Amino acid sequence: MSSRPTLPAGLRLDARKTRPLQQPLHAAPAPQVAVLALDQGSGESAEPTVAVGARVGIGTRVARAVGAAATDLHSPVAGVVVEIAARPTVTGAGRCISIENDATDMRDPALLPVDWRSLDASSLLDRLRGAGIAGLGGAAFPAANKLALARASAAAHLVLNGAECEPWICCDDALMRERAADVVLGSQVMLAACGATHCTIALEDDKPEAAAAIAAAIAAARDDRVELIELPAIYPLGAERQLVEAVTGREVPHDELPPAVGVVCQNVGTAAAVARFVGTGEPVVSRIVTVTGSGVTRAGNVEVRIGTPITDLIAACGGYQGDPARLIVGGAMTGRSLSSDIVPTTKAVNCVVVATPADLTIRGLEMPCIRCGDCATACPARLLPQQLHRAAQAEDRNALAQLGLADCIECGCCDYVCPSQIPLTARFHAARLQLQLHEADRQRAAAARERFERRERRLAEQAEAERLAFEAARRRARGAGPT
Amino acid sequence: MQFRTAAPPHVIAGFTVPHVMFQVLLALAPLAAVHAWLFGAALLLQLGVAAVTALGCEALALRLRGRPLPQFLRDGSVLVTAALLALSVPPLLPWWLMAFGTAVAVLLGKHAYGGLGQNPFNPAMVGYAVLLVSFPVEMTRWPVPGPEWDAVTGATALDALRTGLRQSYTMQEIAAGPAFGRLGDTGGEWLNLAALLGGIYLLLRRVIRWQIPLAMLAGLAVPAMVMHGIDPGAHAGAAFHMASGATMLGAFFIATDPVSAATSDRGRLCFGAGIGVLTWVIRSWGGYPDGVAFAVLLMNLTVPLLDRYTVPRIHGHPRR
Amino acid sequence: MSGATLLPAVGLAAGLAAVIGTALGWAASRLQPDAGSLVERIDRLLPQTQCGQCQFPGCRPYAAAIASGTAEIDRCPPGGEATVRALATLLGREPRPVDPRFGPTKARQVAVIDEERCIGCALCLPACPVDAIIGAPRFMHTVIEAQCTGCELCLPPCPVDCIVMRAPTDAHQ
Repeated sequence: MSSRPTLPAGLRLDARKTRPLQQPLHAAPAPQVAVLALDQGSGESAEPTVAVGARVGIGTRVARAVGAAATDLHSPVAGVVVEIAARPTVTGAGRCISIENDATDMRDPALLPVDWRSLDASSLLDRLRGAGIAGLGGAAFPAANKLALARASAAAHLVLNGAECEPWICCDDALMRERAADVVLGSQVMLAACGATHCTIALEDDKPEAAAAIAAAIAAARDDRVELIELPAIYPLGAERQLVEAVTGREVPHDELPPAVGVVCQNVGTAAAVARFVGTGEPVVSRIVTVTGSGVTRAGNVEVRIGTPITDLIAACGGYQGDPARLIVGGAMTGRSLSSDIVPTTKAVNCVVVATPADLTIRGLEMPCIRCGDCATACPARLLPQQLHRAAQAEDRNALAQLGLADCIECGCCDYVCPSQIPLTARFHAARLQLQLHEADRQRAAAARERFERRERRLAEQAEAERLAFEAARRRARGAGPT
Repeated sequence: MQFRTAAPPHVIAGFTVPHVMFQVLLALAPLAAVHAWLFGAALLLQLGVAAVTALGCEALALRLRGRPLPQFLRDGSVLVTAALLALSVPPLLPWWLMAFGTAVAVLLGKHAYGGLGQNPFNPAMVGYAVLLVSFPVEMTRWPVPGPEWDAVTGATALDALRTGLRQSYTMQEIAAGPAFGRLGDTGGEWLNLAALLGGIYLLLRRVIRWQIPLAMLAGLAVPAMVMHGIDPGAHAGAAFHMASGATMLGAFFIATDPVSAATSDRGRLCFGAGIGVLTWVIRSWGGYPDGVAFAVLLMNLTVPLLDRYTVPRIHGHPRR
Repeated sequence: MSGATLLPAVGLAAGLAAVIGTALGWAASRLQPDAGSLVERIDRLLPQTQCGQCQFPGCRPYAAAIASGTAEIDRCPPGGEATVRALATLLGREPRPVDPRFGPTKARQVAVIDEERCIGCALCLPACPVDAIIGAPRFMHTVIEAQCTGCELCLPPCPVDCIVMRAPTDAHQ
């Protein structure tokens, strides 16, 4: 184990992870109806490959990815497809495949373990793609595509992200404590798939049990390409660019991805999913979710089938208690607040928090910015949030672009420290959307102008050609006419 | 089950503006105590007049601007302005001048620009500068420090320094005079020590950051040391400057006013250094005995420029 | 001040003023922003709808007119208030609302041809300033939505009124 230099910025937060970690990992019961959102959170959807009425087993493919950011979807239950229609989802609304559980829990007989060592890299990547392996850290981006990009860029360093820096989320901690061998096996498979030469599993130092388990698993695997690193428990050290800098000391250029500096990052949960797939042939049909908050009776880390409605999940954890005020998917700093619990879990849902007013900080009234600069001290992207705030209020797009709004990772650190209680993260999020719309408008205008100019040129050339032809015809007519 | 939604982050530190302002007032307490011990209880009257005027003017301005009174009156920022001004002016200042100065500071120095967070100049210094320029006699009448309260007024050490140098006495001769203590001004040493303690408290509580105080003290000390080394007879040393006048109050409380100071770390270093150097220049060659107020105001002018040219390199952007 | 000191002081001040004034004047004339590049910079701020609502045959002629001072900056309805403000900032003028005589400002719309009613007369094809309509005489015409700027110039030529303006399908809610 070794320790490396850390983030100069960021915050030390109260982790709030003890209660869920008191229990061991356990499985939630399968839902009566599994609702699979075709957009699992990455922004792009899959297309259904089954029709209503089709009979499926656990692991049967029900949707194929369309677009580089979508993943294949597989049924988490055995039963019948009852509906393919728009339903409420975590991201708002989207098309979902609803599968009714027939309680047989039959696995699709076509699922077989994979002899990954005998496959070449591109075949291995194809198998991983077909297994719906998505980034289980919250982005749900297809892991195979990320690894393929790494291979194409000849990235040599695989980093497994076990930092889990955000308060409330501890699913990766539980996974590493109990399934460390899976994580290490997954890292080896990924090394083969992306062609990297070594792997670093990065943890924060507030997870001693997980670190010990991983260290033991690495020792048992006797693979000296895999090492463990402990990082200081600073939020947001688990954000990809910050993690790359902490582990390798290299900064990822703002307009590029980590493979540009020879690194590829994957979540430890993704690695465990890869291990399960090669070991049993089972694609991603379940994941570990932290269920916590003072408003749920039994907090814990639960293995949940993808597509379980959140209301079922909370019922499986003993139901609501006390005065639930907010339902959050995600962690304390970036979690999305839901208006209803009927939405289904996806591959991107790593934590469900039923928060009571005691868990939350109710904001005071917003005051004007006093330019104290605490936000700039905390910002892990080294931006100047107070200047960005001024520019956002003035809708000064040039200033926003120059001050680096596009580099904001919306981690919430500036919000956390602001004495004027300004909702900076929300403002920057809205401003980014505005900036993107404006940029899209400008690109469209530039394209329209180019086509307009091309058309003008074409018409001018046509007119010129007609004039020349007319002249030629006139000359011919005069030449051949009566003299 | 239905829930109300809110944007992340869902947990914040919960610092508030009144919290920050209260810490500053707390840190000023040692200074106020020493001030009262040296110059008598008139300070309490000054503080009272200043506070009442400040709150009154703030309420008036808020009402005129149509802003919510309770929220802004409670933030305490105007009390800090009042306290700083009361601690900067001579304790024998007539109460109506104190009120006038505070009114100028709050109305002209703060609300004319848009209220909290919008003033380009330090409001307390605006009030002080207007008072100093308009009523120079009353503003330079400091009592002789000491537990016995005489009505006799005398020069401060900086005053004595200026007049002495003009009359071509050397530093050593001037320093033997009654206004001088071991380091600097007799009363001023203790005032500066108290302000320094308050400033360290603020640093430890992270209410202020180290860049501005350190840069200002360095900006004041370095030229003083250099010139004292070159010509000890004509220039006071660094220790004298550190212990006289409003140095520590300026470094830790006045220059660090976040609204009118630079925002980036590099900008703050330049800002603090500029104040220090300007203070030294005004004390050595300027028309007023103490230069902190004008130095602060002059550097406030440069803040937009500093902010523009000291934007730090964003993570992932190339090193220019 | 006595005459002995007054005269040199006034002379010095006047001399300085003359020198600095000359220098500034020379700089103003020699370091002019290139007129051509000003038209280019104005044109970049315009929405490129090429609709002609400003009474100029396209965005670039309007940009040239603004640069030469013959037209005001408030004549572009598709650009809306945002364009007027951007132009005002660029040229150092006062922003003002879009002059309603040149048309109302509407949200972005695209033309859609009702294929049931299109008779394939091809009269709309030459009307489009950005060649966003594809088709041929007696073949079905269609508007390429991604390239349509919403200028509405194709509506008048259509003899059967089969073109309507609708919100684009990629619009944000």
